[in-house]
Amino acid sequence: MKKTFTCVVCPIGCELHIEFDPEDISPEQIKVSGNSCPRGEKYAKSEIVNPERTLTSTVKLNSKILPVLPVKTDKPISKDKIFDAMHIINGLIVSAPVNAGNVICKDFINKGVNLVACRTVSE
Amino acid sequence: MEQRIKIAIIGGGPAGLAAALGAYESGIKAEDILIIERDSCLGGILNQCIHAGFGLHRFGEELTGPEYAERYIKKVREADIGFITDAMVLALNDNKDITYISPTTGIVHLKAEAVILAMGCRERTRGALNIPGTRPAGIYTAGTAQRFVNIEGYMPGKEVVILGSGDIGLIMARRMTLEGAKVKAVCELMPYSSGLARNIAQCLDDFQIPLMLSHTVVKIHGKERVTGVTIAEVDSSLKPIPDTYKYISCDTLMLSVGLIPENEVSKGADIEIDRVTNGAVVDNFRQTSKSGIFACGNVLHVHDLVDFVSMESELAGRSAAKYVTEGFSGENKSDTVPKGGVRYVVPQKYYGSSIDEKTEFFYRVGKNYRNVSLNVLADGTLILKKKLVRAAPGEMGNISLKGEALDKARKASNLVFTIEEGENV
Ligand code: SF4
Repeated sequence: MKKTFTCVVCPIGCELHIEFDPEDISPEQIKVSGNSCPRGEKYAKSEIVNPERTLTSTVKLNSKILPVLPVKTDKPISKDKIFDAMHIINGLIVSAPVNAGNVICKDFINKGVNLVACRTVSE
Repeated sequence: MEQRIKIAIIGGGPAGLAAALGAYESGIKAEDILIIERDSCLGGILNQCIHAGFGLHRFGEELTGPEYAERYIKKVREADIGFITDAMVLALNDNKDITYISPTTGIVHLKAEAVILAMGCRERTRGALNIPGTRPAGIYTAGTAQRFVNIEGYMPGKEVVILGSGDIGLIMARRMTLEGAKVKAVCELMPYSSGLARNIAQCLDDFQIPLMLSHTVVKIHGKERVTGVTIAEVDSSLKPIPDTYKYISCDTLMLSVGLIPENEVSKGADIEIDRVTNGAVVDNFRQTSKSGIFACGNVLHVHDLVDFVSMESELAGRSAAKYVTEGFSGENKSDTVPKGGVRYVVPQKYYGSSIDEKTEFFYRVGKNYRNVSLNVLADGTLILKKKLVRAAPGEMGNISLKGEALDKARKASNLVFTIEEGENV
């Protein structure tokens, strides 16, 4: 089976050409071309085996300065879990002070993935 | 109130912050630099760009906008570089006199030895597009909607059509979808998108949002609130084709139809503006046509990547430092000339002898290309050829001259940048 998609790992956006056997999607069996760097090959394989994305959003914030706080997952999560993740995010409330990098929610969606603050809000 | 300063920087976004650090690291004292920011905090547009994708070139990792901004803000604070927020620049003249106003200072007349313009850009608005129909609520530029959602925590609508496929529009298509809205279509007048390919993949394709190329909105419906839009396909001369009209119900129309450098303040100083970039004409030090006034970042030309804004702005900061300490010699400058497929080149001028060890030129092309080369000619002689697998209007390119090519460029009176197609590229 053949597939073509854009690498989203960096802004260059290489067009990746993937050839694989749908019966056997072990990473070694997947052939990738069109990538300008190894990250593109890794991305192409994960796109076939288990597509993942880093999720960014905002959570409610108790603060004198800002009503919402930007957050992100510190590792990519499964693409098909994104809306489950949004559901949890929309129920979270954080209070200032908060520092960029603070963990807002540990083992978020997957074990080992944390939701972290992206901005420092002092009060 | 009267004030004096060595280097005044107008704008505290990514460009202003990097320019301030560039000047500081070149030996200018922190108290001799002042950043004037009109918002209540530093960081500019990055604060509302909560998505990841910033910093791959600069820091070798992918950061969100607020994180990228914070790295620079932290450095500015640690260095104790002066800044004032909630301060609006009302006027600038070619004598480098700035008038600004803020609630804490009132009106201030600031005499600067060098000025760095770092005001960024603004969005083209609907008024500039002339869509017929009513004028209901529910029409936003994508950037305004982004501010509502990401800073103010307020959803501007539930069913959305986006006109224009600029990066902010694509990012907002995903953001609105994640927050539960239905994005029904992204219409793009041109046969190609002006956004990055990765944003089409991860913001539209991931969520099955249709990108309708060669389509536009021909009518807006609704009395008090938008109730729908009529879209149509356009022909090769961009005119709507009558029997392709289609109604889409929606409560929100977002516009992502381009960005324009914010040069209102620059006009007061009578700075020469490039008609293609809508930014100042600058030399390789990022000095404008007025001596001691520099420009960098999106006020100079609209960038796709903040990393390049930072690099360019650090250069402008270093140049301003050089200007106030030793000055520039009054030697002649040569011109860069965009030709055949290349829409613009920045810088537009460059110094012959005092050019750096390596000089970087930014350019944009006018249409999509595959397997072409970018040729640089010094007084008509080819000095550099760079192969490009792809080139697209939505992606700013850069090419640097060094060594022998730079030597030849130094002696030339003009440098032509052009796209070559065909067999021998
Ligand atoms: S393959 Fe490498 S260079 Fe190309 S888009 Fe992916 S990460 Fe970027």
